Amino acid sequence: MIPLTHYLVLGAILFAISMVGIFLNRKNVVILLMAIELLLLAVNINFVAFSHYLQDPAGEIFVFFILTVAAAESAIGLAILIVLFRNRRSVNVEDLDLLKG
Amino acid sequence: MELNIQPILPEIFICAMACVILVLDLYLKPERRTIAYVLTVMTLLVAAGLYWQDFATGSAVYLNGMFIKDRFSDVVKIAICLLSLLVFVYSREYIKARDLFLSEYFVLGLFAVLGMMVMVSAGHFLALYLGLELLSLSLYAMVAFQRDSSVATEAAMKYFVLGALGSAMLLYGMSIIYGLTGSLDISVVRGIVAAQAAPDNVILVLGLVFILVSLAFKIGAVPFHMWVPDVYHGAPTSSTLFVSTAPKLAGFAIIIRLLVGGLEDLHFMWRDMLIVLAVLSMLLGNLIAIAQTNLKRMLAYSAISHMGFMLLGILAGTPNGYSAGLFYGLVYTFMGLGGFGIVVLLSRAGYEADELDDLRGLNQSHPWYAFLILIFMFSMAGVPPTLGFFAKLSVIQAVIDVELTWLAVIAVLFTVIGAFYYLRVIKLVYFDPPAVAAREISATADLRVLLSANAVALVLLLPMVGPIQEMCTQAIASVVGAF
Repeated sequence: MIPLTHYLVLGAILFAISMVGIFLNRKNVVILLMAIELLLLAVNINFVAFSHYLQDPAGEIFVFFILTVAAAESAIGLAILIVLFRNRRSVNVEDLDLLKG
Repeated sequence: MELNIQPILPEIFICAMACVILVLDLYLKPERRTIAYVLTVMTLLVAAGLYWQDFATGSAVYLNGMFIKDRFSDVVKIAICLLSLLVFVYSREYIKARDLFLSEYFVLGLFAVLGMMVMVSAGHFLALYLGLELLSLSLYAMVAFQRDSSVATEAAMKYFVLGALGSAMLLYGMSIIYGLTGSLDISVVRGIVAAQAAPDNVILVLGLVFILVSLAFKIGAVPFHMWVPDVYHGAPTSSTLFVSTAPKLAGFAIIIRLLVGGLEDLHFMWRDMLIVLAVLSMLLGNLIAIAQTNLKRMLAYSAISHMGFMLLGILAGTPNGYSAGLFYGLVYTFMGLGGFGIVVLLSRAGYEADELDDLRGLNQSHPWYAFLILIFMFSMAGVPPTLGFFAKLSVIQAVIDVELTWLAVIAVLFTVIGAFYYLRVIKLVYFDPPAVAAREISATADLRVLLSANAVALVLLLPMVGPIQEMCTQAIASVVGAF
């Protein structure tokens, strides 16, 4: 039986990796979208682990909703990415510098 | 268990109308798209009427604890309906002139309103999250609405990434609180947290910090404000109008639902965190706004500082403080609406009046619009004969009541600093030579009349300050009294 803490540590590590991915990534916007997906998956691990530990199905139901919303979210993210690419011919994070001040 | 849909009737109505407009658009010729616009405005009017007609006196919980209907939710929802309605009326000509007059714009707006309604009434983490995402996803699309604009898509991308980050933070915080309390129902969480509230409960602090960070992201408080200036500046002004008004009120509502409704017993923890957010927001917002040359960007930084003031009311942690915060939120959203409304008013096809220099000498050609700008700027700066003054007064009063006098002093100091850039706009309008020889304003009559009414209301509603504050007090009492 794997104890609860292992799952939580895994969730925390995944969350931290995706945070680093968002803030240190200076190359590609697609990687940002991947990091955002990973953030939500890390949260899902937390919810499922707690749900199993507490023997309460509410957490698992929440996960279904998060998965659905994550799908909608990445659809919108990719749509914005395509429009961005059409306007700029680039998906480089460093090129997102028209707005500043 | 019997399902009672009576209390969520207005929400069902908005959702149904959004779908109807979406389908109707398939059969509408482009030149008759005004029908979609009229339907949207009617929907919001009817929804506001439904809330008004079924105005709650106490607090009741429906749909297995998912949905709270109390006076607070009804007040905020009516304000959201009116704000969104005004946004659509203000932006009609603007989007027509830029080929953005598409039914999708109105459908997205209605879904965003629906998301806000769900957030405001959320009694459960799931409902709160779904409402927030429905709002956020609609807003990302609205910001990216001008597809051929490079800055608008860049703004949308930044908004999307930081908004998604904020949502994920909220979820992480919720998952920790869920693990600790075993429930997703905010009122159940409240009971269990009350028993566990101790300064050395590290896990609880961790969950609270994540939730607070995400809330700061959503309302745009420093240091989580990076998206605000870029989004306000880059988005088409019609979308900026929408993003900068009603969602701020909805953000205030979820702060009340989560921090006051769920985690009030941790007030001794979140008070200090909110003090940091509020002071930094007022400091950075007001200082950086001075350096701006773009009106939309300046108003964005001013929005950040206003959010700092709104947080002052919440961090006081008293019913008086919360109602002062609500009053501030209501007044600010109508001022902000007017501020960006000015940009819409002065813009026309192919010309964006969003630089400060565009306002030079407006008084010589259009004294009435110059006067409207004067009222909006005075009100935002907090000069006495306007509602903005009373909003600032009430939050500062609330902070003094809980013996945080030093914070009140800081708030007043930043108000004085902020007055500089508001007064600079007035100086440009009244005392500088005109930038362009002949300035024409192509705005339609409804925009002119409503914007004038919006400005004049900030002064003429002064005798009503008492009743409005009383309404806010009752609204907050219905939230606080429910426990």
